[in-house]
Amino acid sequence: MSSETNAQHQPGYEPHPEDEAHGSFRGYMTGFGLSVVLTAIPFWLVMSGALGNNQLTGFVVMGFAVVQIVVHMIYFLHMNGRVEGGWTLLALVFTVIVVVITLAGSLWVMYHLNTNMMPVHDMRQMP
Amino acid sequence: MASTMTVPQGGEAPVFYLKDEHPHPEGHSTPLGFWLYLMSDCLIFAILFAIYGVLGANYAAGPAPKDLFDLNLVAINTAMLLFSSITFGFAMLEMAKGKVAATQGWLAVTGLFGLAFLAIELYEFHHLISLGATPQRSAFLSSFFVLVGTHGLHVAFGLVWLTVLMVQVARHGLIAANRRRLLCLSMFWHFLDVIWIGVFTFVYLMGMLR
Repeated sequence: MSSETNAQHQPGYEPHPEDEAHGSFRGYMTGFGLSVVLTAIPFWLVMSGALGNNQLTGFVVMGFAVVQIVVHMIYFLHMNGRVEGGWTLLALVFTVIVVVITLAGSLWVMYHLNTNMMPVHDMRQMP
Repeated sequence: MASTMTVPQGGEAPVFYLKDEHPHPEGHSTPLGFWLYLMSDCLIFAILFAIYGVLGANYAAGPAPKDLFDLNLVAINTAMLLFSSITFGFAMLEMAKGKVAATQGWLAVTGLFGLAFLAIELYEFHHLISLGATPQRSAFLSSFFVLVGTHGLHVAFGLVWLTVLMVQVARHGLIAANRRRLLCLSMFWHFLDVIWIGVFTFVYLMGMLR
C-alpha cells in the first residue's frame, strides 16, 4: 500500500459517508408529523365508517399505508439514490418487485380456493 | 497502456489485471450488507402476509376479526412503535454530535416504548387466547398469530440488541464500531415500524372492514 493512500486513511479518520444517513432533526420531525397524520386518518375512517362503503374504505386505507411506507423510507430510513452508490435502492426495488409478485400471485392463484368446498355449516345450530 | 507491446511469435499474449489495492476501512460495507439482510427479512414477512391474505377469511365458524380486535388498543400500539421510531432518530442525531449521555437517554426511552408495545401485544394475545381464539382455532387465527407473532419476536430481539448496545456504549463510548452497530439497529428498528404499517392496515383495519 502506498504511503499517500495510508495517510488518507489513518485509524480513526472517517470520511463520514454516513453523515447523510443520520438525517436531520427537521427531517425526523417531518416524517413523524406525516406518519401521525397518515396513521390517524385511516384509523378514523375505519372506526367511524365515514365513507359508508367498506370496499372503498379498504382501498383508501391501503393507499394511506403505501404513502406512509414511502414516508418512512425517505425520512426514517433515509433512502435515496446516493446512499452506497445506489445499491440499497436497487436492492429495495428488487425486493418490492418480488414482494408484489408474491402477494399478488398468491392472492390471484388462491382466489378460488374455497369454491369447491362444502357449504359452510352454521355451528350455532349444532347441539 | 498506450505503448505498443511486442508479443513473441508463438508466445502467449500477456494478461494484465489491476490489483485491488484501494483501502477498505473496517466495516465500510456493513450498512449495505445489513440492508440486504433487512430485504430478505422483508421477503419472510411478504410470505406471511400472503398466507394471511389467502387464509385470513377461513374462520372455521369461529370468531372473525370483528369479534376479536379492539382498534383502540391497536391505535395505542401503533403510537408506541411510532414514538419509539422518532426517539431512536433523536438518539442517532445525538450520536452524530458525539454526546454519549444524550444518546443513552434516547436509547433508553426507545427501549421503554418498545417494551410498552410488546406488553400491549402480549396482553392482546393473552386476551384472545382466554376467549378461546387460540392459534389452533382456525386458519385465520393460525396465520394471524404467526404474522403478528413474528413481528413481535423481531421487536423482542431488537430490544435485546438495544440493551446489549447500551452496555457497549457505556463501556467503550461512541467508538466507530459502536456507531456502526447503532446505525444497523436503527435501520432494523425503522424497518420493523414499516412492517407494522402493513400489519395494522392489512390485518387490523382491513379485518374490521370484512
